[in-house]
Amino acid sequence: MASTFKPEDSKQVEEAVAWAVSNGEPLAIVGRSSKRALGRPFQAETMLDLSGLSGVIDYEPAELVLTAYPSTPMAEVEKLLAENNQMLAFEPMDLTALLGGASSEGSLAGALMINSGGPRRIKAGSARDHLLGFEAVSGRAEQFKSGARVVKNVTGYDLPKVICGSYGTLAAVTKIDVKVLPSPEKVYTVLVLGLDGPAAVKAMSAAMNSAHEVSAAAHIPADLTGKSGVSYIKGAGVSVTALRIEGFGPSVERRCADLREELSAFGAVEELHTMNSQSFWREVRDVQYLVAPLPAPVWRISVPPSAGADVAGRLSAMDGAAWFSDWAGGLIWLQLPVSDNAGAEVVRAAVGAAGGHATLVRAGHEVRAAVPVFHPQPDAIAALSMRLKESFDPKHILNPGRMYAGV
Amino acid sequence: MQMPEPDQSVIGRREEIAAALRAIVPGEGVITETDSMRVYETDGLSAYRQLPMIVVLPETTQQVADILRYCKEASVKVVPRGAGTGLSGGALPLADGVLLGLGKFNRILDIDYDNRAVVTQPGVTNLGITHAVQDDGFYYAPDPSSQIACSIGGNIAENSGGVHSLKYGLTTNNVLGVEFVSIDGEILRFGGKHLEADGYDFLGLITGSEGLLGVVTEVTVRILRKPSTARAVLVGFPTPEEAGACVAAVIGAGIIPGGMEMMDNPAINAAEDFVHAGYPRDVGALLIVELDGPEVEVDYLIGQVREIAEANGASEIRISESEDERNTFWAGRKAAFPAVGRISPDYICMDGTIPRKQLPEILTRMSAMSKKHNLRVANVFHAGDGNLHPLILFDANKEGELERAEAFGADILTACVELGGVLTGEHGVGIEKRDLMGAMFTETDLNQQQRVKCAFDPDGLLNPGKVFPQLHRCAELGRMHVSAGQLPFPEIPRF
Repeated sequence: MASTFKPEDSKQVEEAVAWAVSNGEPLAIVGRSSKRALGRPFQAETMLDLSGLSGVIDYEPAELVLTAYPSTPMAEVEKLLAENNQMLAFEPMDLTALLGGASSEGSLAGALMINSGGPRRIKAGSARDHLLGFEAVSGRAEQFKSGARVVKNVTGYDLPKVICGSYGTLAAVTKIDVKVLPSPEKVYTVLVLGLDGPAAVKAMSAAMNSAHEVSAAAHIPADLTGKSGVSYIKGAGVSVTALRIEGFGPSVERRCADLREELSAFGAVEELHTMNSQSFWREVRDVQYLVAPLPAPVWRISVPPSAGADVAGRLSAMDGAAWFSDWAGGLIWLQLPVSDNAGAEVVRAAVGAAGGHATLVRAGHEVRAAVPVFHPQPDAIAALSMRLKESFDPKHILNPGRMYAGV
Repeated sequence: MQMPEPDQSVIGRREEIAAALRAIVPGEGVITETDSMRVYETDGLSAYRQLPMIVVLPETTQQVADILRYCKEASVKVVPRGAGTGLSGGALPLADGVLLGLGKFNRILDIDYDNRAVVTQPGVTNLGITHAVQDDGFYYAPDPSSQIACSIGGNIAENSGGVHSLKYGLTTNNVLGVEFVSIDGEILRFGGKHLEADGYDFLGLITGSEGLLGVVTEVTVRILRKPSTARAVLVGFPTPEEAGACVAAVIGAGIIPGGMEMMDNPAINAAEDFVHAGYPRDVGALLIVELDGPEVEVDYLIGQVREIAEANGASEIRISESEDERNTFWAGRKAAFPAVGRISPDYICMDGTIPRKQLPEILTRMSAMSKKHNLRVANVFHAGDGNLHPLILFDANKEGELERAEAFGADILTACVELGGVLTGEHGVGIEKRDLMGAMFTETDLNQQQRVKCAFDPDGLLNPGKVFPQLHRCAELGRMHVSAGQLPFPEIPRF
């Protein structure tokens, strides 16, 4: 019968894992349970529920570091940071709506475990660039730490990097040190209207290569703009290519004006100011335009930005496809109609040729069990992934099969 | 410094190994003459020297793969080396090891502005990348002080930082992909021109792994548009405490400067004697705050920083009005190491990081240590990110001074850890801090790191003796200590 451990501290996490190792019983690790539908389905009956390890432990704005327990609600972290005009610069996504849940349910550790990275990825990196240190219990039922509570550190292997994006398959994290940064005073967005895919990538590339420190670049084709809650976008009637400029007031105004002028060669330009900008980029970040209709499969595709238009063009030719791009064309979100394999062969063939990878972010349980959710790896890297997994978790106790079958 | 005992049976096979390597790398790529190998006997940590058994200088990735495969089959240790500028002894050769130099991998392969990426061989210098793209207005951001000589491959091995790392990140935040050869001779690719690699973050793990996991044979880095303006503020404070408070206030105001450097009084005077940068000699601490970005932003922030400095007790404030003046402000800081070299026959440079608020405490402790070890110390400090570079002055020709200087350095780094910091912010562990790892990590922590090493290099042939104070066999590390049935009913809330 399925049962659940609900430890209250790291020692109890260690005991739970020790029990699981002793009994050869794999554990499904959950925090706030907002991402259960992400990744390959759990292959464990027993749950390790870390929701009891929650709360900010220490936050020093002047040191740019926040320490918290893993299941601290992201909303709690972001509220505290906002009170001090700071933020998590990797712009963690809130995927709960996309995955069919209610919004704002995710945890800090959840964002790290999927190596979350929003529109600012192109400038500030993803979660892996902001996790400074952690404590965890390995699949050997041992408590260990790596990294530290300072922003500059090269002591020992950079295990925070591999913990990020490991979907809980290496260790159960019990404490997190994360880097925080000042929030921008103003956030403006330059909109270029009516570009097709290739022209949009050219415009985004020109903006990224300018001296205006563009912090995000996305393209919403005309068929999706109507799904925006921002009136300028909703009523555009044509595609919208958006470039974000943020920072101190005088600087933002000047850069925005200069960028508008430079991009006017591409098409008609508009601009959004702070409130509308924040709403719009939250929509992009959370993939709001592809939430409906459930449960149509959604792919997240990472390619070189310059290949974005070509890949998106090929994918958009698929029946019923809807897509938009972020990261100056380097990230394509693609929705396809429900099918047995979610269009995996076609998607992966298109992506593989460009050099990149595709993750099946949303699909039914059976589809995610049958189709590789993460991009299939060359044999030598798959073997290395297996050895890395076993270096942390030799008995495959922690979230086995969550990323790759058998790992 | 205790290195692994050389294996005499391997040394006895030297001729046979050299012949096998010559079959892989023809011509002059295999070096066995003592005089010719001398140049490889040390790196930037020059207190330690060791002639390698053989030097091999491959020119192609396939040769690297063949060399590593051969070395694995023949159980020969391998020490990879870039430009040999590292400060922690990471490229120190082994008497029974092959030194694998990557100096011939010196070409930039692709400059791709559409993806803001450069693909390069690992032997290209850090500054060489910027030189290749600067005419088009781009640059590569991480800027270790050795950037004119250090290689990008070495930067990856050490996860190098630099003055600008608070704003622009370390190497790991600026690398998009690598081609990597494992000890099995397999050629693997992690990442590329897309913005993130898939699966486990091997790219992040390899970066900063100090040559213990494999050999990088190609690198893709991201390049950035060069900021249109940079200006610097030079601020003197009566005490380091006030300077530290100013740094905290700048960051508290939401400003992340391009660079924020601090020097203490001995470092200021050494630098001033050397380059005459016009630094005030009577201040307790000097801060250089550099703002870079669009002109309107820089001008605005310069005003903000000036107000913050005044509010925090600055005794002198100067703002650069020209590029020449900005460079003058930096001249003293950039010359701090050679300047200290002029006032002392020898010095060693430490590299701990502390939470910034602990600056007054670490300086107080360092003064006490200076008296205890009877050696002088000068401090330069990447103030924005808490990375200290204490320079310990000594004379290697005086009996026991090197040992005293090393003991002083160990005391400083141990204090950094006690104050919530780390042993090394950007120079790496190498051999220099290897035996201090226990001050920061438990045996369990270190064993987990070594198990990761085992996933790449189960025979421990790549750069052994570096980073980890004790070598364990992988089989021994792999044993599990939890026995079946030991914990049938853990005392944990269950549902």
